[in-house]
Amino acid sequence: MLIILGLFLVVPVLMALWVSFSDWTGRGSPFASSVSFIGLDNYEQLFVGGGLPQRDLGIALRNNAWYVLLVVPIQTVVSLFLAVLVNRRILRGRGFFRTAFYFPSVTSSVAITVVWLFLFGASGAVNKVLSWLGINGPSWFQDPSGVVHNALGAIGITEGPSFLTDTPVLGLSLWEWLGGPSVAMSAFILMAVFTTSGTFMLLFIAALQNLSGETQEAAMMDGANGWQRFWRITLPQLRPTLFTVLTLGLIGAWQVFDQIYTGTQGGPGKTTVTPAYLSYTAAFESQEWGRGAAIAFVLFVIIVAFTVLQQWILRDRAVSRRRRRVYEPTDRPQSERSVRSTGQQAARSTSQQTVPPTSKEGDS
Amino acid sequence: MQRSTSRWIAAAGIMTAGALVLTACGGSQFGGEESTPGGDSGLSVLIGSSGEAETTAVQDAVAAWSKESGTGANVSAASDLNQQLSQGFAAGKPADVFYVSLDSLAGFAANGSLYAYGDQLSNRDDFYPSLVEAFTYDGKFYCAPKDFSTLGLVINDALWAEAGLTETDIPTTWDELTAVTATLANNGRPGLVLSPEYARVGAFMVQAGGTLLNADQTEATVDTPENAAGLDYVKSLLDSGSAQFTTDLGSGWGGEAFGKEQAAMTIEGNWITGALSADYPDIEYTIAELPAGPAGPGTLQFTNCWGIAEDSPNKEAALDLVEFLTSTDSQLEFSDAFGVMPSVQSAAEDWKNANPALVPFLNSVDFAASMPSLRGASDVISDLNSQLESLATGNPAAMLASAQRNMEAVVSGR
Repeated sequence: MLIILGLFLVVPVLMALWVSFSDWTGRGSPFASSVSFIGLDNYEQLFVGGGLPQRDLGIALRNNAWYVLLVVPIQTVVSLFLAVLVNRRILRGRGFFRTAFYFPSVTSSVAITVVWLFLFGASGAVNKVLSWLGINGPSWFQDPSGVVHNALGAIGITEGPSFLTDTPVLGLSLWEWLGGPSVAMSAFILMAVFTTSGTFMLLFIAALQNLSGETQEAAMMDGANGWQRFWRITLPQLRPTLFTVLTLGLIGAWQVFDQIYTGTQGGPGKTTVTPAYLSYTAAFESQEWGRGAAIAFVLFVIIVAFTVLQQWILRDRAVSRRRRRVYEPTDRPQSERSVRSTGQQAARSTSQQTVPPTSKEGDS
Repeated sequence: MQRSTSRWIAAAGIMTAGALVLTACGGSQFGGEESTPGGDSGLSVLIGSSGEAETTAVQDAVAAWSKESGTGANVSAASDLNQQLSQGFAAGKPADVFYVSLDSLAGFAANGSLYAYGDQLSNRDDFYPSLVEAFTYDGKFYCAPKDFSTLGLVINDALWAEAGLTETDIPTTWDELTAVTATLANNGRPGLVLSPEYARVGAFMVQAGGTLLNADQTEATVDTPENAAGLDYVKSLLDSGSAQFTTDLGSGWGGEAFGKEQAAMTIEGNWITGALSADYPDIEYTIAELPAGPAGPGTLQFTNCWGIAEDSPNKEAALDLVEFLTSTDSQLEFSDAFGVMPSVQSAAEDWKNANPALVPFLNSVDFAASMPSLRGASDVISDLNSQLESLATGNPAAMLASAQRNMEAVVSGR
């Protein structure tokens, strides 16, 4: 096991790390004597160089940040919604719907990209449907304009305030950062939601079926309606699954590559370039191997940072004093409410805190 | 549980970063360029094929050479040429003979992957001088031009006649092009359509006397009055509404828009003939040379070459194969099979006789400019392309100024 991990994980990663600090030109081994250590040069080019590499990285990060910002919440909400929907016992043909929703997830992303290119073509099916509604659809994959800019343009704002247009971050003005995903990227965002929601729906279904019906019944006895039961009982219990889904979603969204590679190759107007694709083109097209490896590590740091941040946001918190007072009888010992570390317990403790004390007696 | 989750995440993150190198080390998962059936003496040939016709034609030619020379050779078509070449070079086991595009020449030549054999070719002087120049890097003629293409004006005969135009109206100057384009524009259908990229729009910059780099590629010359004149002219066509970009019409490239009759004229290279006969066989068209600008006639040319790997164990045989493949006869056969223009002057007459309608493409070689081959220049051009898409509403001077800054950085090696 250690050997396999070392050979396929540690060695390549260390090699890539070395390449990102070297002037390797792509010929022969990166460990040959002709390859020399050039320190942070590759990273400097990306962050303070002021040239094209820096601007390209800025564009790629902007594109991917919007992609993540939209894809992760939407796919999580959609998959949870679908899971709750198909988990209901009264639904006829549950099996059919589960398969149907899951189907896009098992199809190869390349095949779906090709289908998407047809659907979202200038005279494709999507624009046909839009035209029935009297909307003149854009030629999706050719349109580099940002949707936020377009929305602002619709209410007459076409120029940003100077404090936005004059402040460059990574070679891109803040106004450009705030431009939103391009129309082309929006099509990819829809596609990501379409393809991954099914996978995460499965995770949520599994979690939902693991929940005991007792707490639900207890809540019903206390007069909680369906909506309250979902927010106060089901969702808190799903927290470990939610964490997994968000984490996988974040990682997947930051790594988006296949769709870009087969679909748009970064166009139109570089608005679908992502760090993963930029890393590939820097290395394989421009023969800038050090820069390509450096971009890959920047991406790595971003993913780890986001995951840690997300873990911190979703951590188990002690219930606030105000809320505690509502539920706790005055004679309860403090220690019962202390935070527990493992997920299963956390879910249970949360539910304990949210259901009125009377039902808890029956539970344990 | 949370602990192990976070560890799992870290591992997944590491895999992301490692993916790049994994592909580099992955070896033969994408193609079989390392395998050389026929033993050590056999040559492997890797091509970036445009389709079945090209692959078959190259296979046949290489097989004929094998029979003649007694050396085995194996042709494979790459799914992603640059990636497979890079893999081979990194592993030290590249294909022996392969296509090299102009924009990847500098990268491969700079790291010593390419064998600079150009001056040893027995038919060296037969190649068009501008093509030899294009494949000269650092004073060395690296590889034999495989074939080439130039841009021309493609005119839809039916729409041309419908607008009351005759053969004498074919535009030879910018003013005439403006007039003809306006005449052809009809009912929201523009007279001219072209792709928003330097590889098309740049022809007008050449006609105005502009280039992106000076002749020996040591100085950035993007932000010049000549280039501005070229862009301003295209902008004036777009502003008048008589010309549009393919992106505005929802087409992928000029040939598609032209085939769908979204416009009466387009600017494309000789590859358009194959696409039109395959997808839009009913369209009748005429090819003309691009009109001359203030600095005279001008167009852009595109070309690939036959590279030989420095690490190839059998460079002599490889050179012999390349000579065979670039010979007059082989090139005429290739031209027949998949519509390219031969890179040797001795094939010109035969080619013109066989393709009378396409003569303007070949005649354009006299005033064609190559795309820059300087390392990093293609990144500058793709950034310029991303700005050209908004030429109709944008500011040409600002585009050139930013491209100038980027090109200066490339020239100075940062």
